[in-house]
Amino acid sequence: MPLIKSKQVVIDTWQHVDDEMALPADGGVIISLARWQAEQTVLVGRNAPLGIRLKSDEGVDTIINDLPRFGVVALEFPTFKDGRPYSTARLLRQRHHYTEELRAVGDILRDQVQFMRRCGFDAFEFADKTAAEKAIAAFDEIEAVYQTAADRRRSAAMIRNDTTNAFLNGTCG
Amino acid sequence: MATQVISANRLGDGLVVYMTDGSGWSERIADAHAVTDKEAGEAAMAAARAAEVARLVVEPYLIDIDESGGERRPTRYRELIRAKGPTVRPDIGKQAEL
Amino acid sequence: MYLYDAIDQSLVDQRVEQFHDQVRRRMAGELTEEQFKPLRLMNGLYLQLHAYMLRVAIPYGTMSSHQMRKLAHIARRYDKGYGHFTTRQNLQFNWPKLEEMPDILAELAEVQMHALQTSGNCIRNVTADQYAGAAADEVADPRITAEVVRQWSTLHPEFSFLPRKFKIAVTGSPRDRAAARVHDIGLIIKSDEAGAMGYQVIVGGGLGRTPMIGVTVHDFLPKRHLLSYIEAILRVYNQAGRRDNMYKARIKILVHALGAEEFIRRVNAEWEAIRDSAVDLPAGEHDRIAAFFAPPRFEPLAKHDALFARYRLEDREFAQWARTNVAPHKQPGYDIANISLKPEGGIPGDATAEQMNAVAAIAERFSFSEIRVTHEQNLVLPHVRQADLYDVWQTLRSHDLATPNLGLISDIIACPGMDYCSLANARSIPLAQDISKRFADLKQQHDIGELKVKISGCINACGHHHVGHIGLLGVDRKGEEYYQITLGGSADENTSLGEIIGPAVSYDNVVDAIETITTTYVGLRTDGESFLDTYRRVGKEPFKETLYAAH
Repeated sequence: MPLIKSKQVVIDTWQHVDDEMALPADGGVIISLARWQAEQTVLVGRNAPLGIRLKSDEGVDTIINDLPRFGVVALEFPTFKDGRPYSTARLLRQRHHYTEELRAVGDILRDQVQFMRRCGFDAFEFADKTAAEKAIAAFDEIEAVYQTAADRRRSAAMIRNDTTNAFLNGTCG
Repeated sequence: MATQVISANRLGDGLVVYMTDGSGWSERIADAHAVTDKEAGEAAMAAARAAEVARLVVEPYLIDIDESGGERRPTRYRELIRAKGPTVRPDIGKQAEL
Repeated sequence: MYLYDAIDQSLVDQRVEQFHDQVRRRMAGELTEEQFKPLRLMNGLYLQLHAYMLRVAIPYGTMSSHQMRKLAHIARRYDKGYGHFTTRQNLQFNWPKLEEMPDILAELAEVQMHALQTSGNCIRNVTADQYAGAAADEVADPRITAEVVRQWSTLHPEFSFLPRKFKIAVTGSPRDRAAARVHDIGLIIKSDEAGAMGYQVIVGGGLGRTPMIGVTVHDFLPKRHLLSYIEAILRVYNQAGRRDNMYKARIKILVHALGAEEFIRRVNAEWEAIRDSAVDLPAGEHDRIAAFFAPPRFEPLAKHDALFARYRLEDREFAQWARTNVAPHKQPGYDIANISLKPEGGIPGDATAEQMNAVAAIAERFSFSEIRVTHEQNLVLPHVRQADLYDVWQTLRSHDLATPNLGLISDIIACPGMDYCSLANARSIPLAQDISKRFADLKQQHDIGELKVKISGCINACGHHHVGHIGLLGVDRKGEEYYQITLGGSADENTSLGEIIGPAVSYDNVVDAIETITTTYVGLRTDGESFLDTYRRVGKEPFKETLYAAH
């Protein structure tokens, strides 16, 4: 599926592997938590990049001990209304210092990517290429933020109380 | 089956509208295309859904009406209020324009 | 009051642009109604019975004359010349067009207003005591906290898709005028023995299908930790709140299901991890915001104005208004003037564009251009010199805004009900009108004394019926409007939920039933005893007896 990273549609080097599917001979795979728990030894022995996919009710505690093994953590939005992955994402980034790819999968709409990015997602899977391309513009619709979150944007309060005043000088990233 | 017409809200201004014979939409229930059996109702709903896809209206549905008094009135009180306007403001809404 | 800086303004302006594009995509067919609905709701735009409805945020019920004039202008230009003030201190327009929405929002942005987060499963517009900065009994101004929370909650990246909507109220007085105990979070500002400020934090109150009084989760949260603490509460809720059933998705259900102790344990565990992070405001920001709420330039005046006393002696009607609608101010020689939006037979909370402009002009002349909206659907002029009250009253009266009924039986809260709302099962407004007509005799109203009637047209309880001294809940019984009566509710510092006293009564019998209840009360009360006190003393039985014997 079309993937956005760094505001560009990129080629996805990872493969989602369903629980019933056999593992491919090589290449990075993203597997479910259930499969990870059931086939841990095999998966570790496979010696290829490994990613994990969490459902929205599978919290961060299920994987923190294994976090260094994963090159991708994909968090599923079963519907855009399910906001649990936003919390999971922030906890992964800010509390557990996860630095590899954090991918949003499922019901992903362009009007949410700004929130997702702020919570630490850096990869976004879209259903089709057009939707993905259109979503790129949505990352920058609103520049100012009031909160500190998992991205590196400085909150309005921080800017106001900093004499260099980056926002007002137009250098706010 | 009770006589039915299709109602919806118009996309652009949100006002209550009724589907007419030619699959057009009118603000007046008197202009509405009435159906009296299930098949006709389903056919009308198909046309209404097409109008929704064509971005004319939002969320069309069938309502029961009563024509026994000579004047066409929705059976449910909620629909009567939609057809006329707020009961507490007789000066505004459709009731003020009729 | 708070004024936007370049950052605040850019956010609102860009949000208007963003919504403009969303409307364009909807009209162009790039978005279906299903996809568009959550987007428009996040901008306060509903589709109601007759038309769209736009809910404009009036943060913590505070606005300026300038802003009120803009609302009047929008009412005239884009709507049908009136607006409806709500129980969440907001304003609703009942007839805006989708295609004009970007223009309306751009007009609002010109006066530092918006419709952000007035709907949707996010943190809603924060409410506060309408007497903030003025009340004689105030410990601290709740608007500072409310503004801090408003900013923190605006477009919150983590909490914009909560299990359900989330409402926060703030009060800074021991007398709770903000209904803090029936909010998802209620914050009560307190001062400790050393004079330091902190919050009593109450979580899990709410009305709706399952009314509950909130539980105190922190007795005294130091002021500097406010945002990290409520972020911890929201994170626990966002992760553990139910998402399988929208009727069980509010935080009150979670608090109840976990039990207060376990809920507090989880919040504290989360808070420990973030309390010293950058979530809380940097030093300086609280003070920057607080500076906007510095008292206006009051004149040094005597505590009691002689002219005010004289007019009250000479003009009985004025004296009556002053008795009900004027409240004590912290500044000597000033008072708080309440503007009733409940004229006899009127629609509770409605104001015409002409009335809005009149209030704007009066506030400009007599109240430092400040206006407040109350959760009881009235307006307030927070800082009026006692010497000016007579002029204020006369001007208000000429615009039908001086009904002397604050807190009396005709000062009714009513949701829009089935006259406007697509969720309603029954009408609310006409009942309020009928009750106020039945009790048109002000002398009788004053004799009955404080009595809060609250009417909801459906179980969602926008009319706060659970906390009405008398509550009415509209139900649909085979197509007929019936009303369930509850007695003994209250939303103040002694919050209680009303008890259902018997079978629902038909529309035509409601006003008689109310009169039976008041007559019963008058017969039972001891000297100076209010309706609520009497009810709490005698319970529901005597009322049940008279009510159901009579029908």
